[in-house]
Amino acid sequence: MYDRTIRRRRLTLAALLACSLLLLTVYFGESSGGALHNVQRGVFSVFAPIQEGASTVLKPARDLVGWVGDTIDAKGRLNELESSNQRLRARAIAGSEALRINSQLEGLLNLDNAGGLAAAKPVTARVIGQSPTVWYSTVTINQGSNSGIRTGNPVINGDGLIGQVSTVTGNAAIVTLISDGELAVPARISAGGAEGIVQAGAGGPDDLRLKFIARRFRVDPGAAVVTAGTLSNSPGLESLYPPGIPIGSVTRVVDPGTDAQKIYLRSYADLQRLEIIQVLTTAINGNRG
Amino acid sequence: MTLNYRSLGWRLALICVVTVVFQVAAVSQVKILGVNADLVPLVAASVGLIVGSLPGAIFGFALGMLLDLALVETIGVASLILLAIGYAAGRLRELRDPQGAIVPLLVGAAATAAAQLGFSLLTFLLGQPVPLGWSLLWELLGTVALNAVIAIPVYLLVRRSLLAALPEDPRRRRRRAYTTGGLSPLSRS
Repeated sequence: MYDRTIRRRRLTLAALLACSLLLLTVYFGESSGGALHNVQRGVFSVFAPIQEGASTVLKPARDLVGWVGDTIDAKGRLNELESSNQRLRARAIAGSEALRINSQLEGLLNLDNAGGLAAAKPVTARVIGQSPTVWYSTVTINQGSNSGIRTGNPVINGDGLIGQVSTVTGNAAIVTLISDGELAVPARISAGGAEGIVQAGAGGPDDLRLKFIARRFRVDPGAAVVTAGTLSNSPGLESLYPPGIPIGSVTRVVDPGTDAQKIYLRSYADLQRLEIIQVLTTAINGNRG
Repeated sequence: MTLNYRSLGWRLALICVVTVVFQVAAVSQVKILGVNADLVPLVAASVGLIVGSLPGAIFGFALGMLLDLALVETIGVASLILLAIGYAAGRLRELRDPQGAIVPLLVGAAATAAAQLGFSLLTFLLGQPVPLGWSLLWELLGTVALNAVIAIPVYLLVRRSLLAALPEDPRRRRRRAYTTGGLSPLSRS
């Protein structure tokens, strides 16, 4: 009995297998007008309306499941877009930062070319620290004596003079800005040639003063003030600053034409937002014009 | 205690038609994470697990035949694969009689993987273009995972549909004795 069952099972299985292979072979070998193809078309024509009806009936269920799938997909897409947005934002910020730095470097290059400062072996540095006081009178830069920077070297940015090096270590330096009261820069009015000393006033970083201008010189607001360079021919009295570096423009003059006339300047450089600067490490011809 | 062949045959025929219609009209049209479920190997394996190897093989063959006819595909391919799945699931039941609740899930996943690989292999052997590559692998793994998720509900549904035509399972009867409110044999003694 048991053997008969096994035999029957094996026979049926073999018959089914053979039938499948036979159908496959015949179907694959016959033309599209063959018997099996015709049967298939007949079954399909019966089945198609059933499928269509079922499809219509099942549409709400399909839509529901599709909605769930779409929601999952949408969530994945949202995460993907959010991370893409973050990447693009970071790139946009980096691009805008690069653009700003580029503009500053371009300004420095223009100033170097126009003022003939390229010969002064400028060392480009980045501001890495700023004095936290309200006067912003010193900044720290990321280059030091290893790059050839020495105490007293003038420091510029793309807009003009910003100060001089006051302390140097191997790989960093502190720059005292022209807004510091201790700094005095020999300067002249670019148009008239009147010479004096630029020093910080008591009012704050924007309040620079041009002192010691002889009363015979008439100074008008808006006049450009530049470094004077070395005025004396005597050795040992050289100025630290090369001539012709822009410092600022005259904003107002109090008591003009008198010995007590007070000339106020505004620095060309924004001393509160310094990023890329240059230190002029070599004096050409004793900074004489 | 005996198998009601006529009732079982009708039920299996109905399951066969409903499966093909439902698969073609609904399930195949819903994609979840880029793949869709495939009820056909799950139903073939479930029937094999419930009724045994021979009815499983016959059911697989018929299911495959109907599928090939309905989808106007090469007749014999699906029959060959599904008869093997139905037979293998039935033999597993007859030889090992696995009882764990997770068995339908594992059998369903294995049946789906076998069906996917079998279809790919036969399609390749018949000289039809097979999109070999990551997309095929993703499709295969995704379908197996999705089918594993729905394998247990499908098995329970098939079992429920066939239950009236099956001989009463002594294990089921014993279990019922505990849950009908009667005293357990231990407390009776």
